[in-house]
Amino acid sequence: MRLGLRTGALAAALVLAVPWLASCGATATESGVVRAKWGDPQNPLEPANTNEVNGGKVLDMIFRGLKLYNPDTAEPEYAVAKSISSDDAQNFKVTLKDGWKFADGTKVTSQSFVDAWNYAAYLPNAQIGADFFGYIDGYDKVHPDKGKPTAKKLSGLKVVDDTHFTVKLNQKFSLFPDMLGYAAFSPLPKKFFTDHDAWLEKPFGNGPYEVTDYERGGRMKLRLNDQYNGTKPRNKGVDLLVYTDDNTAYTDVVAGQLDVTDAVPAEQLSNLHKDIDNRYINTPAGIIQTLMFPMYDKEWATADALKVRRGISLAINREQITDKIFQKTRIPAKDWTSPVLRDEGGYNPDICGDRCEYNPKKAKQLIDEGGGFPGGRLVLSYNADTGNHKQWIDAICNSVNRVMGNSKACVGNPVGTFADFRTQIQSGKFSGPFRSGWQMDYPLIQNFLQPVYTTGAPSNDGKWSDKRFDALINKANADPDPKSAIKDFQDSERILAEQLPAIPLWYQNGTAVYGTRVHDVKLNPFSVPVFEEMTVND
Amino acid sequence: MGRYVIRRLLQMIPVFIGTTLLIFLMVNVMGDPTAALCGDKACDPATQAALREQFHLDKPLVQQYLIYLGNIFQGDFGTAFNGDSVSDLMLRAYPVTIKLTFVAIVFEIVIGIGLGVITGLRRGKPIDTGVLVLTLVVISVPTFVTGLVAQLLFGMQWGIVKPSVAYEAPLSELILPGLVLASVSLAYVTRLTRTSVAENARSDYVRTAVAKGLPRRRIIWRHLLRNSLIPVVTFIGTDIGALMGGAIVTERIFNIRGVGYQLYQGILHQSSPTVVGFVTVLVIVFLLANLIVDLLYAVLDPRIRYA
Repeated sequence: MRLGLRTGALAAALVLAVPWLASCGATATESGVVRAKWGDPQNPLEPANTNEVNGGKVLDMIFRGLKLYNPDTAEPEYAVAKSISSDDAQNFKVTLKDGWKFADGTKVTSQSFVDAWNYAAYLPNAQIGADFFGYIDGYDKVHPDKGKPTAKKLSGLKVVDDTHFTVKLNQKFSLFPDMLGYAAFSPLPKKFFTDHDAWLEKPFGNGPYEVTDYERGGRMKLRLNDQYNGTKPRNKGVDLLVYTDDNTAYTDVVAGQLDVTDAVPAEQLSNLHKDIDNRYINTPAGIIQTLMFPMYDKEWATADALKVRRGISLAINREQITDKIFQKTRIPAKDWTSPVLRDEGGYNPDICGDRCEYNPKKAKQLIDEGGGFPGGRLVLSYNADTGNHKQWIDAICNSVNRVMGNSKACVGNPVGTFADFRTQIQSGKFSGPFRSGWQMDYPLIQNFLQPVYTTGAPSNDGKWSDKRFDALINKANADPDPKSAIKDFQDSERILAEQLPAIPLWYQNGTAVYGTRVHDVKLNPFSVPVFEEMTVND
Repeated sequence: MGRYVIRRLLQMIPVFIGTTLLIFLMVNVMGDPTAALCGDKACDPATQAALREQFHLDKPLVQQYLIYLGNIFQGDFGTAFNGDSVSDLMLRAYPVTIKLTFVAIVFEIVIGIGLGVITGLRRGKPIDTGVLVLTLVVISVPTFVTGLVAQLLFGMQWGIVKPSVAYEAPLSELILPGLVLASVSLAYVTRLTRTSVAENARSDYVRTAVAKGLPRRRIIWRHLLRNSLIPVVTFIGTDIGALMGGAIVTERIFNIRGVGYQLYQGILHQSSPTVVGFVTVLVIVFLLANLIVDLLYAVLDPRIRYA
C-alpha cells in the first residue's frame, strides 16, 4: 500500500516538474542578430538556379548585381554598375564601379559577370533560370531546344577590360538594363568555378552578408561581409531558421523566440494575438493570382466560350473573398500586372475595369447566352498540398453557384501534389480553368505579360495565342523610349481584357509579423523582409 | 541464441529490399518531380531534360532503383534535389529524434507502468476509475490536438516553456514534446500493465509468495511485475519504431529538426532520395527494435529459450 502511494507521488511530481525542467537550458540569443523564419530552399543556392522565396532571401543578402531594386519603390537603381547605356536598345555598354569585392577579397570584375552569365545559360549546367539569358545573342548555341550545345559561351558577351563589358541582344529590348537587378544576373567569384562543391557548402558573393554557418535543412547563419562596398547593414547579422509549420513560427514570434516571420497563416490573421499589437505588416507585393483557361481545349476557344469566360469573371465576388478569407491581405485585381509597378511602371486599374467587377445579373446572362459551361459544369483545378488554395477555390465556386442558382454548377478539383498539378498542366490534361499565379522576377510590366501570355511562352499554360498581342509585345520591347514602350504593353494588356485567356483574381500582399526585439521591419515589393535595414534592440 | 540472431538478421535482407522498392515506387507515382522545380513556370524543355538526366530520372524505373540500391550499399544515400547530402541530413536528424524517442519512452515506462501497477493493484477504487477515464480521453484525442493545446497553454498562455525547441534540441526542451509524443502510447501502456498486473495478482505464485511472508515490495517487484511486463515490453519495443516515424506531427508543431521534420520537407519538395533514405533507416530501426524485444523475453521469462 505504501509503495503504491509513493509511486503515485513520484509520477505526480514528475508531471508537475515537466514545465520547470523544460524552462532551463535555454540557448542564448546573440546580440544584434535578427532571427527570421526560413524554409528549406528547393534548389542548390546558385543565383541562376533559384526561383523561390527561400533561396531568394539568401541570394538577396549575399549578392549585389548591376542594379538593385529600391526596397520601397521597386525602382531599379545602379548598384555594382556605374552606367548601362545603349544607342539602339540592342547593344549595351556596361561600366562597373571600382572597389567592389567578393567576401573572399577577390575583385568583382567584368569577367565575374560574364563568367556567371555564361555558366547560367550553358545547358549542361541545368540552371532553372537559364531562360532569363534568352535575350542575349548566342543563347540558342549554348542552350538549344534540342540536342547538344554547339558553344560554351554566349557570343553576345564581350569583356573590354576589368570594369567594362558589352552585351549584344538577339532582339531589341529597351528595358533590358532594368532586368539586371534580378538575382540570376549576379556576379560569381572565381571559387564558384574552380571549387564548386566547396562554394556550395558555404556560398559567398559580394553582398552585405556572408554565410558563416550552414546546417542543411535546419539553419543558416549570416554575418556582415567586411568587404561589402555598399551601406553597412544596421544589424550584426541574420539567423535564418527553418520552420515546417507557419503556425509554429507565428507562435514563436508571439513568445519572443523568433523575430520575424513572413508567412502568417491565414487562420491567425482574423484574430491576431493581442501581444502582436501593431507589429504586423501588410504591404503590396508583385504577385497576382489568376484563373487560367485551357485555351488548347476547342470548347473553351469558341466565341460562345468567350461570353462564358466573361460571365465567370463577373460571377466572382472578389471583394467578399479578399475581405473574408484573406483578411485584406489580397486586393481585388483590376488588371494583369501589380500595383507595385505604380502608374509610371504601367499599372492601370482601368484595363480590366467593369469586366473584373462583381455583377451577378450580367454574369448569369452572359453564361446562359454562351450556352453554359463547356462540359456542363465548371471544374476548377488546384494543388492541395501547399498554399491553402481549397478555401478560395470553394469560395469562388460558391459565388458562381449563387449566381447560377445551381449548387452543383461549379466544383473544385484538388490535385494531390504540386508536381502532379504541374505535370497535368504541362500535358494539357485539364478541361476546365486552373489556378495560376505570377510572382514578378523583376519589377517591369513586361515580366507580367511576355512570359505568361505570348505564344509558346514558358508560363503560358493555357496555350493561348494571339498574333496582335505578340506583335504589340515585340513592338514594345523594341521601342527605345521606355515610356511609349509601356503604352504598347498596356495596349497588349487590353487584348487580354477583350479575350480573357485568364481572369485576374487578386493582387497578393506581403505579410509579416515581428517581435519587440527588432525595429524598422519592412517587406520589399518581392515580399521579402529588408534585412539590412532592421535594427535590433537587446 | 547466436544462431537465432543470425537467422533474424538474414531475414531482414528481403524485408529491406522489399520496403525500399515499395517506397521507391510510391514516391515515383506522385508525379514528375522536375515539373515542380521551376515553380509556377514551366521549365524550358531543354533544362527539364538536363535536370532529368542529372537525377537519373530519364532512365527506366528499374534501373533507377538499381542505381539507388547500388549507392546505398556504398553508404551513399544520394543527394536531395537541392544538393543536400541525404546521409548528412540523417546524421543530424536521427540523434535528435532518438533523443525525443528516448524521452517519450522514459515517460511511457515511468508514468505508464507506474500508473498501471497502482490501478492494477487497486481495481475498482476511485483512482482506478479516474485513471481509466483519463487514458480513454488521451487515446481519443489526436496527437496534433494534444500538441497544439500543450504548446498554447505551456508556451503562450503561461509562458513556462518555449513554444518551440531550440536548434540544438537540448534534452530539457524535449520534455514537453516527449510527453505529447508519448501520450497515446502511455495510455496504452497503463491499460496493458493494469490488466496484466490485475490478472497475475490472483495467480498461485503470488499467493504462495504472500503465504511465505515475503515483504510486499519484494512480491510486487520480483514476482508480480516481472511476469506481468512481458506484453508491456512487446508493446514498448514495437512502439520505438512507431514513435520515431510517427513524430512527424510532434516535430512539426514544436519545430524539432528530427526525422519527421526532414521527411516532411522531403515529401513537400518531392525529393525521393530524402524520403526513401529516411524511411529505409526507419524500417531498419523497426526491425532491430523487434529483434531486441524478442531477445528481452528470454531475460524476463527464463522459460523462453531461443535455439
